[in-house]
Amino acid sequence: MRLEHIVMHNLRRRKGRAAFLLTGLLIGVATVVTLLSLTDALGRKAQHELENFGANIIITPHNEQLALNYGGINLGGVNLVAQEIAQESLSKIDDIPNRRNVAAIAPKVLGAVQLEGQSILLMGVDPEIEFGLKRWWSIDGRPVKEGHELVAGHEVAMRLGLKMGDTLVVQGETFTVVGLLGKTGSQDDQLLITSLPIAQALLGKPGLVSMVEIAALCHDCPVNDMVAQLQTVLPGVDVQAVQQVVKTRMHALDQFRLFAWGVAVTVVIIGALLVFVTMMGSISERTREIGIYRAIGYRRSHVLRLILMEAGIVSSLAGVLGYLVGAVATIVALPLLGSGEASWQWNPTLAAGAVIAAIIVGLLAALQPALRASRLDPSEALRAL
Amino acid sequence: MNLINVNDVTKHYMNGADCVAALQALSLKIEEGNFLGIMGPSGSGKSTLLSVLGGLSHPTSGRIEIDGIDVYSLSVEKLSDFRREYLGFIFQSHNLIPYLTALENVMLPLVVSKLTSAEKQRRASAILDRVGLLDRLRHLPQQLSGGEQERVAIARALVNQPPLLLADEPTGSLDSATSLQVMNLLSELHQEGQTIVMVTHNRDNQRWFDRTVVLRDGALAEDSDQRPGNLPKAM
Repeated sequence: MRLEHIVMHNLRRRKGRAAFLLTGLLIGVATVVTLLSLTDALGRKAQHELENFGANIIITPHNEQLALNYGGINLGGVNLVAQEIAQESLSKIDDIPNRRNVAAIAPKVLGAVQLEGQSILLMGVDPEIEFGLKRWWSIDGRPVKEGHELVAGHEVAMRLGLKMGDTLVVQGETFTVVGLLGKTGSQDDQLLITSLPIAQALLGKPGLVSMVEIAALCHDCPVNDMVAQLQTVLPGVDVQAVQQVVKTRMHALDQFRLFAWGVAVTVVIIGALLVFVTMMGSISERTREIGIYRAIGYRRSHVLRLILMEAGIVSSLAGVLGYLVGAVATIVALPLLGSGEASWQWNPTLAAGAVIAAIIVGLLAALQPALRASRLDPSEALRAL
Repeated sequence: MNLINVNDVTKHYMNGADCVAALQALSLKIEEGNFLGIMGPSGSGKSTLLSVLGGLSHPTSGRIEIDGIDVYSLSVEKLSDFRREYLGFIFQSHNLIPYLTALENVMLPLVVSKLTSAEKQRRASAILDRVGLLDRLRHLPQQLSGGEQERVAIARALVNQPPLLLADEPTGSLDSATSLQVMNLLSELHQEGQTIVMVTHNRDNQRWFDRTVVLRDGALAEDSDQRPGNLPKAM
């Protein structure tokens, strides 16, 4: 027989108290796990949406002058000679520390072409990335592929009377219209879109791109750091964050995370108080028993171990069960929060953290009652002598 | 040879604002192998003396030596070790742990020793056999009679083979037949050389003792040696 044996016997004997303590801690752990799991799942969903929402970092050729356009109104007079970026330099983006936060790199080349006496802006893109990035584009037809295909912006299609399947001769080369963009209300309405290599060849800009849009997953990274990192590896270009989108999204996430942690801390404090009060009650109930242990020669440290072991066992169990309950609660709660796309994911750090935190809270809350028990005067405790 | 040396011990309690003198300048020597009875009216300081002898309650002044060890000069943890190694307690209300079996209750003092589990079990079984409870090893206290519970308590007090057994009214809650069994058992132990100090209010028990001290108001009122050739002496 060892001290653990006495602890297990006592827990079995006082099932009601042990169950109360276990339930209290379990609810606390489950609440914290649910909130943190929800934050995590919603954060991942926000990342995903951010990716779908489009680029949040734009790389353009370096320009010493200020832009003279706003809201599509160009006052002209500057930027008459557009500069380009070497496409091969974009591989340096892989070298930045926050590379894992880069979800998509969308290079594009821009240039004017003449069609039926009008200057039209032709944009060459990596179709898979570009059309994946701009999920809000509504296309009647399909995105372009690698060949001589075009997707026409709404305004261009209207002016040139383009329909699906029409052919167009651009700079002497024949293209087929495979898609028509729905009205976006942006400059995209005035574009003809084709694949990047075709546009580069057509515009006489082989190996060059006019700008690059980057979708950064900034759920857990400061976008300004990424801008600085990009600026370092691409010294000859201007890198700008589309701050509004990112900051709004990050702010919302931060608010939710703050709320979750606030509730988590409150629940942990309540859990600790519960353990404290229950253990104090247990000590009072077992005063005589503790007196017996002390009278027959148990050291203070033995009594301390008896009480802390009891708290440790209940807390460990509460940590494991609390994590499982929290995981189930998260799975149930996500659809109720209208977050159909967000999903629960096994998070070993959270699981281990929940169990360890439960044990630490349980032991810390039980420490004072345990110390009190260990310091009980045996003769006072017994009163039989 | 004196096993216990109580030297000018005083114990004061605070009862609210009042200071109560439970023991007053008490001196007593107890020889090894003695079966000493401590008697006296309620509130005379019997249990306080036992508590002080057992290292459970610091005297206000004076000195307690057991086997040459100044008990209250020991640190708190050393004092616990001392109780475990030198003393066996038998309480009036048995004080068994209700959720442990008779065997486990007897093993309690051995739990914190370095003995193997098998050795702990062997010793506890042997001592329960000695008190006639080998067939009650797996019984919980509530499944035992009062006399059996008392014998489990005696077995627990003996399992560490302590030089000194301290008993506080061990027959106080037992009927006369069961009391007789318990006193017979204690007497057997005494015959085997065990030093026993027993508090009792029952004058019938006096015949078992080879020495009786009577306390009144915390002081020694009577000290009688009943061994052949010794006459009672008034204090």
